[in-house]
Amino acid sequence: MKITKELNGTTLTMRVSGRLDASNAQELTNQLNASLGGVKELIFDFGGMQYVASAGLRVLLTAQKRMNKQGKMKIRNVDDSVMEVFEMTGFDDLMDIEK
Amino acid sequence: MEQLTIEATVNNLPRVTEFIISSLEELNCKPKILLQMELVIEELFVNVAHYAYRPDVGKCIVQKEIETSPSRSITMTLIDSGIPYNPLEHEDPDTSLGVEEREIGGLGIFLVKKNVDEISYVYKDGQNILRLKKFF
Repeated sequence: MKITKELNGTTLTMRVSGRLDASNAQELTNQLNASLGGVKELIFDFGGMQYVASAGLRVLLTAQKRMNKQGKMKIRNVDDSVMEVFEMTGFDDLMDIEK
Repeated sequence: MEQLTIEATVNNLPRVTEFIISSLEELNCKPKILLQMELVIEELFVNVAHYAYRPDVGKCIVQKEIETSPSRSITMTLIDSGIPYNPLEHEDPDTSLGVEEREIGGLGIFLVKKNVDEISYVYKDGQNILRLKKFF
């Protein structure tokens, strides 16, 4: 997994690529905890993300709960295989997700 | 039937995945099936790694059996000697609930059930035995 962050005013874009699984979900959590203060819009750019397991879904759900209190969250550039996992778990209805 | 006996730690997940996926790749299995199987292996093996022997570490036996006729399928069995736990009893998350009501847990086993054709659990002779079958 590779994470790059770009803060533009109160909009934080996090580009996450590779695999988001049990081995690295904590790393994303740490990055989010360190970066979300004062952020009103969180955009995950998942271009290049090929695989998300439940450990990753938990991080996204926690982030969504937090962003509901302080702004909004979007997930963009979602690959078909990752979209399938979002659809199976109903995350596609729960979050603002686009391919 | 082939089997792999391995310490149940998250670090060993790639080895378990390789053990199963390599057989499917040899049979030119579709990428979509490979991905689904990878997800299933991760969710189940990580569960054993996190919970079965907590706070200690123990072994997990992974077995695979491939059938090619009359239809192609893989049967995978995970065996551990940790605390008795039937993951299939875990209630499925309600996927119609909103963000605030949605629970953080239970997604892993739910994804497993969605991606296999058969799954069963027994506790026998001090072992958790989870067996699943997927056609491909």
